[in-house]
Amino acid sequence: MVYLTRKAEFAASHYYDNPDLPPEENRRLFGKCNNPNGHGHNYVLEVTVKGEVAPRSGFVIDLKQLKDVMRREVLDAMDHRFLNKEVPEFLHQIPTTENIAIAIWQRLVTKLERAKLHRVRVYETPDLFVDFYGEA
Amino acid sequence: MKAHLSRRYLFSASHRLHSEAMSDEENHATYGKCNNPYGHGHNYIIEVTVSGQVDPKTGMVCNLVDLDGFMEREVLSRFDHENLNTLQEFAGNVPTTENLCIQIYEIVHRGFREAHLERVRLEETMMNSFEYRG
Repeated sequence: MVYLTRKAEFAASHYYDNPDLPPEENRRLFGKCNNPNGHGHNYVLEVTVKGEVAPRSGFVIDLKQLKDVMRREVLDAMDHRFLNKEVPEFLHQIPTTENIAIAIWQRLVTKLERAKLHRVRVYETPDLFVDFYGEA
Repeated sequence: MKAHLSRRYLFSASHRLHSEAMSDEENHATYGKCNNPYGHGHNYIIEVTVSGQVDPKTGMVCNLVDLDGFMEREVLSRFDHENLNTLQEFAGNVPTTENLCIQIYEIVHRGFREAHLERVRLEETMMNSFEYRG
C-alpha cells in the first residue's frame, strides 16, 4: 500500500452564523467570524489517496486524473467564491473548516479511479487545519 | 461525522540537557553541545490534534476560543520565555523535547474537556519533531 498526497490552494470568503440561534448567541459563539459581510482565507487542500502500485504504470493513481478531479469538483466550485452564498453545501450549513473538509471528501470520494481516498486535510491558515478520514 | 482539528502554537524557551544520573563525561558524551552548562534555546512549535463529532449547531469539533484559551493559560504561560530546567516539571527529569512533549500531552489530556486529545507533536527546530499519543 502506498499513499500519495496532492496539494492545491484556493482563496474564498465565508462567515459563521446559525440562523436558528439569536444574534447575540451567534456573536458569542463565533466572535469575529460572525461578521455577515464575510472574511477570507487562502485555504490549502491536501488530498491523500492510497492503493497498490500498478505494476505496469508504477502509479498508485494517475496524477493527472487526480488533479483534474480536484480542479473540477473543488477548485472550480470554491476558488474565489463566497462559500455561504455560492457553494450548495453551505447554503444551509456553516462553512467551518470541519464542514469544508467533509464537503470536499463527499465531492471526491466517488470520483477517483483505482485509488481510494484516505484523507482530506484543509488548512485554513498555516496554524489551523482539519483532517477528515470519512469516519461517521 | 468525526473530524480531527489541529492547531499550532509557538513558544520560546531555553534548556540544558544534563542528567544527574550520569558523570560529567557521560553527560558530555550523551548530550554533546546540548550539555553546555549555560544552556541554549529554541522556538518550539506545538501542534495539538483533537477529535470529535462535528456539532451540527456550530459546525465545529470544539470552539477554537476554548482551545486557544486553555493552551495560553495552561501551557504557553507556563513554558514561554522560561528556562525549562528551573521549572518543577523538570526537577528530576531532563528537559529533552521528548519529555516536554509528554508533559504538554499530560496537561492537555488532564485539563481540556471540550474534545478528545489525539496527539501532541512538538517541533524543536525545523528539522526535529516529536509526537506523543499517550
